[in-house]
Amino acid sequence: MTHWIIAPIVLPAMLAPFIVLAARYHVGIQRVFSVAGVLALIGISAGLAWQVSDGSVIYYRLGDWAAPFGIVVVGDRLSTLMILLTSVLALFVLLHAIGADWDRRGRHFHALFQFQLMGILGAFLTGDLFNLFVFFEVLLIASYGLMIHAGGNARLRAGVQYVLFNLIGSTLFLFALGSIYAETGTLNMADLAQRVALIGPEETVGIRVAAVLLLLVFAIKAALVPLHFWLPSSYAEAPAPVAALFAIMTKVGAYAIIRVYTLIFPPDLDVTAGLFDLWLLPAALVSLAIGMIGVLAAQRLDRLVAYSIIGSMGMVLVSIALFTPEGIAAALYYIVHSTLAGAVLFLVVDLVRTGRGSVELTTQPPMAGTALTAGLFFLAAIAMAGLPPLSGFLGKLLVLDAAYGTDLMTWIWAIVLGSSLVSILGFARAGSVLFWKAHSVAPTEEEESTKDGDDGGDEDEPDAGAPSRLAYAATGGLLALLVAHTVFAGQVHGYTIDMAAQLFAPDSYISTVLDTPGKLSAPKEGN
Amino acid sequence: MSLFFIVALPFLGALLPGVMNAAGRSSCAGVTFTVSLSAFVGLLTNLPAILRGEVVKARIAWMPELGLDATFMLDGLGFFFAFLILGIGLLIIAYGRHYLSRDDNMGEFFTYLLLFQGAMVGIVLSDNILLLLVFWELTSLSSFLLIGYWKHLPEGRQGARMALTVTGMGGLAMIGGMLILGQIVGSYDLSVILQNRDLIQADPLYLPALILILLGCFTKSAQFPFHFWLPHAMAAPTPVSAYLHSATMVKAGIFLMARMWPALAGTTEWFVIVTSAGLITMVIGAVIALFKHDLKALLAFSTVSQLGLITMLLGTGTAFGAMAAMFHILNHATFKAALFMSAGIVDHEAHTRDIRRLGGLRHLMPVTFTIATIGALSIAGIPFLNGFLSKEMMLEEMTRTVMFDSPLLVPVLATIGSLFSAAYCFRFVGHTFLGPVRDDYPSKPHDPNPGMWMPPAILAVLVVVIGTAPFLAEPFVKLVTASVLGIEAEVPKSYIKIWHGLVPALYLSVIALLGGLVLMLIFNPLLRLWDAMPRPEAKTIFDAIVAASVSAARALTFTLHNGSFTRYAMIGAIAILAAGYHAWITGSVGTPTRAVQAAGPVPIAGWAMLVAASLGLVLLHRNRFLSLIFIGIVGLMVSIGFVYLSAPDLAMTQFTVEVVTIILLLLALNFLPNRTPVESTTLRRVRDASVAVASGLATFALAYHYLLRDAVGTPISEFHLANSYKGGGGTNVVNVILVDFRGFDTYGEIIVLGIAALLIFALTETLLRGPVRARLLNRVPDQPRAGDMHPMMMVVVTRVLMPVVLMVGFYIFLRGHNEPGGGFIAGLIVSIAVVMQYMASGFSWATARLRYPYHGIIGAGVLIAGFTGIGSWFVAKPFLTSDFTYVRIPPFEKFELATAALFDLGVFLAVVGAVMLSLESFSRLARRASSQDSEHPMDIDPSREEGALAPDGTKPEAG
Repeated sequence: MTHWIIAPIVLPAMLAPFIVLAARYHVGIQRVFSVAGVLALIGISAGLAWQVSDGSVIYYRLGDWAAPFGIVVVGDRLSTLMILLTSVLALFVLLHAIGADWDRRGRHFHALFQFQLMGILGAFLTGDLFNLFVFFEVLLIASYGLMIHAGGNARLRAGVQYVLFNLIGSTLFLFALGSIYAETGTLNMADLAQRVALIGPEETVGIRVAAVLLLLVFAIKAALVPLHFWLPSSYAEAPAPVAALFAIMTKVGAYAIIRVYTLIFPPDLDVTAGLFDLWLLPAALVSLAIGMIGVLAAQRLDRLVAYSIIGSMGMVLVSIALFTPEGIAAALYYIVHSTLAGAVLFLVVDLVRTGRGSVELTTQPPMAGTALTAGLFFLAAIAMAGLPPLSGFLGKLLVLDAAYGTDLMTWIWAIVLGSSLVSILGFARAGSVLFWKAHSVAPTEEEESTKDGDDGGDEDEPDAGAPSRLAYAATGGLLALLVAHTVFAGQVHGYTIDMAAQLFAPDSYISTVLDTPGKLSAPKEGN
Repeated sequence: MSLFFIVALPFLGALLPGVMNAAGRSSCAGVTFTVSLSAFVGLLTNLPAILRGEVVKARIAWMPELGLDATFMLDGLGFFFAFLILGIGLLIIAYGRHYLSRDDNMGEFFTYLLLFQGAMVGIVLSDNILLLLVFWELTSLSSFLLIGYWKHLPEGRQGARMALTVTGMGGLAMIGGMLILGQIVGSYDLSVILQNRDLIQADPLYLPALILILLGCFTKSAQFPFHFWLPHAMAAPTPVSAYLHSATMVKAGIFLMARMWPALAGTTEWFVIVTSAGLITMVIGAVIALFKHDLKALLAFSTVSQLGLITMLLGTGTAFGAMAAMFHILNHATFKAALFMSAGIVDHEAHTRDIRRLGGLRHLMPVTFTIATIGALSIAGIPFLNGFLSKEMMLEEMTRTVMFDSPLLVPVLATIGSLFSAAYCFRFVGHTFLGPVRDDYPSKPHDPNPGMWMPPAILAVLVVVIGTAPFLAEPFVKLVTASVLGIEAEVPKSYIKIWHGLVPALYLSVIALLGGLVLMLIFNPLLRLWDAMPRPEAKTIFDAIVAASVSAARALTFTLHNGSFTRYAMIGAIAILAAGYHAWITGSVGTPTRAVQAAGPVPIAGWAMLVAASLGLVLLHRNRFLSLIFIGIVGLMVSIGFVYLSAPDLAMTQFTVEVVTIILLLLALNFLPNRTPVESTTLRRVRDASVAVASGLATFALAYHYLLRDAVGTPISEFHLANSYKGGGGTNVVNVILVDFRGFDTYGEIIVLGIAALLIFALTETLLRGPVRARLLNRVPDQPRAGDMHPMMMVVVTRVLMPVVLMVGFYIFLRGHNEPGGGFIAGLIVSIAVVMQYMASGFSWATARLRYPYHGIIGAGVLIAGFTGIGSWFVAKPFLTSDFTYVRIPPFEKFELATAALFDLGVFLAVVGAVMLSLESFSRLARRASSQDSEHPMDIDPSREEGALAPDGTKPEAG
């Protein structure tokens, strides 16, 4: 038995307390361990992803207890792709945070960062619903810590809303888990898949409500309108590198929806018939529209990017809600894109904030490092708005293609394309104000208008100055990944098709998890 | 050269100008020129194959599953456009070298220009319509950058945004159209699509696809009603106007219509939409052009009009129309680029483009005058210039075109358009170059150096050569036409020549020319009439639409996201209720499998207290201390409920958690006023209450439903009950579940606890460093502090209790595996013991005796738990695999040693550390806010009588 599959959870979970215990006063040492840990995570995740790329399922029994009695973590194509994406993203975000000195602006940045990674990676790997809840808690509390890192009134206020709304989500998660356990007597996902299929048509309300509550929990994480309200202010107010890392957090919700609703509650069962199609797709379309309208409406760059995250999550959920292999494959391609694009944009927000001292979309003199920042913004905005040549465009094509011939095709096409236009307009206006209009301000007004712009509440920000090279390099590196995602779109898309195929044929997942004996394996009961 | 290279070269080369920028303007322009030239030569190497009638292809798989591949093809049409793009590109680069001033960033300019060039070549060589879309949008983006090149000009920024919005919108529509087209045919390859005319035109989605694709073409090629963006794009530097907005990019829409001609043209829908749009555009553009005073605006509307003419020709759907269109594209590219460059020269030299301030330049700039005149007269349709030939062909085609059952409608309108075209050309030449020399030019103009006039001169020579010897161009035009028509039609046999005899087209030409002259003569009265006429100003309308969209977007966004958490929560709750309700009513309810149990007096009493406490909390929550008491009651009742249901572990945990939580909350309340102010209206409270009651009832209904039914399979807890002793070595199933069966969950949860403490600490640190610190230092407590800060009785009792409680904690920890207890409860108990010391003897006293920092305790706890898990790796078992054995060390009884106990130790430490760190953080805030307390316990504060609310605001001093 190899232990690699548990390493992505254990490694950050050991690194973080070590940093707290031994290096809590030495940011330099923390940086070394934090970066080294993330590098190791990339290596491990890549290895795992390669190992399961042939369609096999890796499986690990915690405490050697066989499923469904103990907890299992499971690695298949989907989960390993997600952990690889997370660790790669984490590296660039971490480098940017170090480059911009964010980790010195408050305490315990690196420990919280590692715990955050543990929570995210655990959520992707676990094969047990209650364990998923635990990891949701870990990532929620760690993200709250990171979000209010370095403090400031606006940030703390947004943080309270963030944590309160997500506590509602946690409570709902417990309700859903209680309901599911009451209906099925188990919490292991593979076991649930079998037991839910056993429920007859004469008694379906219980499991239906449970399934819907669970979906709503994930919808909160995935910022589906109207459960998205926690997102705009918290992402906007969070330290930008943290917000960049959060780009993967909404994907945890999307991942959970895909996982649970292909494995446990596929829509072709009696008990799930007609459960989601009435509202999930329309809600996703509304999310897409609301998000992109927010991009046009935003008066601050950080809000603008936060709204674009809602929009791109809407796009992901539209594609998931189609619930076809093509739709899921498109969604998975788009998830990778949206994570990278959202993260790059937030890092650019940080560059702008550093160079300009403010992210208000008002005319101010040219900032430090305009040309480079403008270039990065331009590319990131192209990606997010779904313009060619970057992967957003390809993802959009995939989603449109997957929606062809479905009942709501006209609506989907109209909203996807229409919201693109709105976001193009929004990004163009923002870029024009930030990078072009600045040149029309006479340099003599410089001091005065800098002061004017600063009363926006960025009280903890240092004075404007050119961002560090490391910060630029990290942002550029992430952008390079986006380019690679475009160039190798064929390979990635081919792989997401394999992934979707594996998700729609979960037999090998279920049998791997349930048929492998563990310590004191009892004879199978109940199924 | 491979087609890939031809497309890729400009993109790869786009890096060079930026790099060479510092090396000087000539080097910068030089490398750009070389890049373009290489691509141009590469294109020419394919000429022999084209002339043989072959189609050159190249293919690399990109996204085969989607049908998007990097597939290129070069046929006559593609070659023609690529030739124009690269050839004129070379002239523009040479011209741009001299046009840009020293203040302009030339590297940036040429980088964008090469990006555009690559994208444009990509459009015309794509064999895949999705790939074509990629390049299509790229031209919009590079055009955006080029129009906004002069960042300080508001016109540039607005023009750039307008162009991007309009062409971007068209591009998005076209995505839809292309996808439909591909789905109909089953392939996104142009070569396949073009073979399937019947299939496409018979499909019910033909019309939507056609409209969407034409939207893309019309926006790009500035056809009515999307023509308005083009004149505003003239804020770009003139080389850009000449290149993008006259010779190449605006022809992309026309190219696409030509490309798609075999698949889409020939239907009534095509004819009506395309021809009428083209006709209207042609007339409107020509009319507006006549009255424009800005040279570039005049030329811009002229371009709009000419593009309308070409569109109209393509709309006819006849082979002759297509041939005329192709010929006119060639001619337009030559004369219009020459004209733009001439206008640029005038602007460059005279420092104005306002036609009213010019005149008489023929004496000062004879070379420019010659070039401009050739170009302008060619548009007007003067014989022996190429414009005459294609305009004749156009008029000939129009005389044969019947629209809306009227044979006259089209020819008359086309003639009117030509008439106005002739008029604005005469005006362009007349008002700029003819007339007397003035002495009030902003700058004294003269002919520029040859570097600047040579490029337009080359084009002017072409205008004359084609105009006088059309047979030179004819084979080429026919070759291009053949590839437009594809398999659907034969190339017309007729020859392109100057004299066709006395045909109707000639009469119309003459009418147009004479009419143009007449208009010129009565220009001044006409202008007054025009100025007096109310006209819709496109930019005002566009700006109004954008402004309205932005304010609508703001209204929606800011109304929706108004920052009120209660509202967010309410909307969320309603959504959850609605979705749950929907799931409920669409499902089926069976009969319960369990009987309802009778409720005894004890549960009913407990239930009543729970309800009463909850109600009390809701009703009296404004008094914060009171609400804390109610919360305490709720917690206690829950604990008692666990006792009643035979769950002593849970009861103990709940109980200790309650104690610690209440202490922490009391500390927090220390910083808050006693009462919560009333902030919401009665209406809103009723609203919130109804949502809350509905949620509560729904939860109740759900719980009731589940309680009456068995699970579909045996619950996994049966396994846990059966195997707790055999497999986990403990008889306390709850503890074995916590540390063994589901130890991984516990591992996660202690981490949650640890993180919570860390973040409370980090938050405190931040607060103490920030502006809050000053507020805390100046804070005047709203109630008098206790005079006896550390009551003696309490100090004594807590110190006596300390070892006892520690012992209890130790005992609870040890018995945990078999009896109620365990690390979590023990941790809480020990924390309470330490907390009591803080409360009784003061922060300083306690801290001074603290040997291990709480951070370390948390870290060590999590590490110990982790290492316990990792330990099993050494015996080749999975993470957290437990083992136990029984040992006997005399004189003790036989006892159990379990690895789970080590894990539990980690839990214990993490709990102690987390609780204490949170408490310490709160206390530090409190210390900051009040006096520094004494190192010594049992101190009396003599200043108590003055009270904390002393009028001068002085803080009470410690005794």
